[in-house]
Amino acid sequence: MSHLVLEGLGKSYGGAVAVEGLDLSVSRGEFISLLGPSGCGKTTTLQMIAGFVPVDRGRMLLDGADLAAVPPAKRGLGIVFQSYALFPHMTVAENIAFGLEMRGVAKAERESRTLEAMALVGLKGFADRYPKRMSGGQQQRVALARALVIKPSLLLLDEPLSNLDAKLREEMQGELRQIQRSIGTTTILVTHDQHEAMALSDRIVVMNQGRVEQIGAPDTVYDRPDTRFVANFLGKTNLLAASGDGAGGVSVDGFRVALPDAPSGSVSLAVRPERLAIAEAGSGFPVRITNRVFQGAHWLLSAHSPAGTLLLTRANDGRPVPAEGETVHLAFAAADASLIRDAAR
Amino acid sequence: MSAVADTRGTPYWLTGPALLVFLGLVIIPLGMTVLLSFYDWGQYKGIVPEFTLKNWVEIATDSYFLEIFLRTFRIAVLVTLFSIVIGVPEAYILNRMSPGWRSICLLAVLGPLLVSVVARTLGWALLLGSNGLVNQGLMALGVIGSPLEFMFTETGIVIALTHVLIPFMILAVWASLQRLDPQIENAASSLGAGFVTIWRRVILPQIVPGILSGSIIVFALAASAFASPAIIGGRRLKVAATLAYDEFLNTLNWPLGAAVAVLLLVALVAIIVGSNRLIERRYAQVFE
Repeated sequence: MSHLVLEGLGKSYGGAVAVEGLDLSVSRGEFISLLGPSGCGKTTTLQMIAGFVPVDRGRMLLDGADLAAVPPAKRGLGIVFQSYALFPHMTVAENIAFGLEMRGVAKAERESRTLEAMALVGLKGFADRYPKRMSGGQQQRVALARALVIKPSLLLLDEPLSNLDAKLREEMQGELRQIQRSIGTTTILVTHDQHEAMALSDRIVVMNQGRVEQIGAPDTVYDRPDTRFVANFLGKTNLLAASGDGAGGVSVDGFRVALPDAPSGSVSLAVRPERLAIAEAGSGFPVRITNRVFQGAHWLLSAHSPAGTLLLTRANDGRPVPAEGETVHLAFAAADASLIRDAAR
Repeated sequence: MSAVADTRGTPYWLTGPALLVFLGLVIIPLGMTVLLSFYDWGQYKGIVPEFTLKNWVEIATDSYFLEIFLRTFRIAVLVTLFSIVIGVPEAYILNRMSPGWRSICLLAVLGPLLVSVVARTLGWALLLGSNGLVNQGLMALGVIGSPLEFMFTETGIVIALTHVLIPFMILAVWASLQRLDPQIENAASSLGAGFVTIWRRVILPQIVPGILSGSIIVFALAASAFASPAIIGGRRLKVAATLAYDEFLNTLNWPLGAAVAVLLLVALVAIIVGSNRLIERRYAQVFE
């Protein structure tokens, strides 16, 4: 049975639609990311689940019970805010124990659970520190411990890592994932950072303009984007102008790959830069290299072709790299190409 | 310009004019007032520049002065308390209003400051008189049988002063409310806190600095207020400021008036600094 079910969830502000027709069912213990650019409705969705924003349309069910009927204070969800929203006048221990205190947990148990939560997030020995005297990463841990100590049925994370510097963010991503796995709390993360979403989640919900573009495992969404938006939002991608022959094949400038469900006529194919391979002359399709940039572990090449301007990467593995102005032939496997369904847009 | 040599002197040049004004208009008169409080005075000989503790002894021993100072600080404390009780919720509501309504309400809040203190106090005198609107209204509603005494009472002074001074409290508290994390109430609510608990445990402790600075302003202005106590309190219900005024202009006993004024100043500074210390120590974490 699904743990959390969202059915046709919708919200409007005045005349503007913030979220429309959101359907999602989350299993127990799953880590879901709501991913999209700012204004795509991901935060509004999180706030509806948290109860800070009333639901206009649709239903939310938590373990089969209507969630919208429960006031925020009674939902028992753990929330980590973008700004952390720690209580500045309370020590770390007081911050973490606040939720337990509200639940009337006895003092002795409160203290042991607080210590447990602090150990879980790696904050041993910080009990009497005030949040202002801590770094952003440490504050983030306090916020996480405060949300987890109440043993929430759902953990909601609202861009929790966006205020940290890149190195710390990566570190916290790993830790967050490990903590979530160890306690198995169903988690919903809101983020605009594709790397964060891909690194952390079991499934990603890509949102745009209040609607869901695609739901799927990170590698599926990355490798097989359904829409042009998803293809462009997650990583770099090449959109190739191609034509379907109606017989299960698609050709790009003379290079044919077998795609059984391709329609006939002009279509768009999304191929990741790292999946474009340099082929022997005579096979593949010709492109002219226009620019090349060394990035350490790999080269980033720009190329021009009748099918469009392309990006491709070449591992820095000692093999020669085509020079600027050189013409090479490119090929890709059918499995590496996704048919973009909303090509007309 | 030879920048390096000049920049060192620049701060002094820039603060010079203000410093001179401050020195001329505050420090020197204040020093002269302190000096004056130690001069002698007689009905027929006037002010005699001789050192004496006569005025101070008189203030310290005559219960008349004690009564007036007690009344002054009782009024100031009550005005401060009422300003907190009314002003803090008002600031909170203002802070949560939509920008349009907020500016309208802010104008209403600041209204008293835009009207001359005398005109405003006379307005209160009209409302609070025994035939005033308030008494007539209450009697018409049958709440009271005979008119309440507002005029020439401390109650009347407290009402009028609270009205005048509450904007200072609201603005100070509002400023500290704006510094709160906008998600802090949601955070507390998600952890299971109800509205009252959120207020008591999360919001109030964080706006203590605002309440304190508002209280200092309101208390100081209430204790040294002149026009409202003079008009509503009248000749007989004196406070420290009207007492000093009378000594200067009616009795013409300037040294005694100076002693009263200096005592008021010293007492105010002592009370404010003392309570400031106390509260800052208690809420050390939010004062940073």
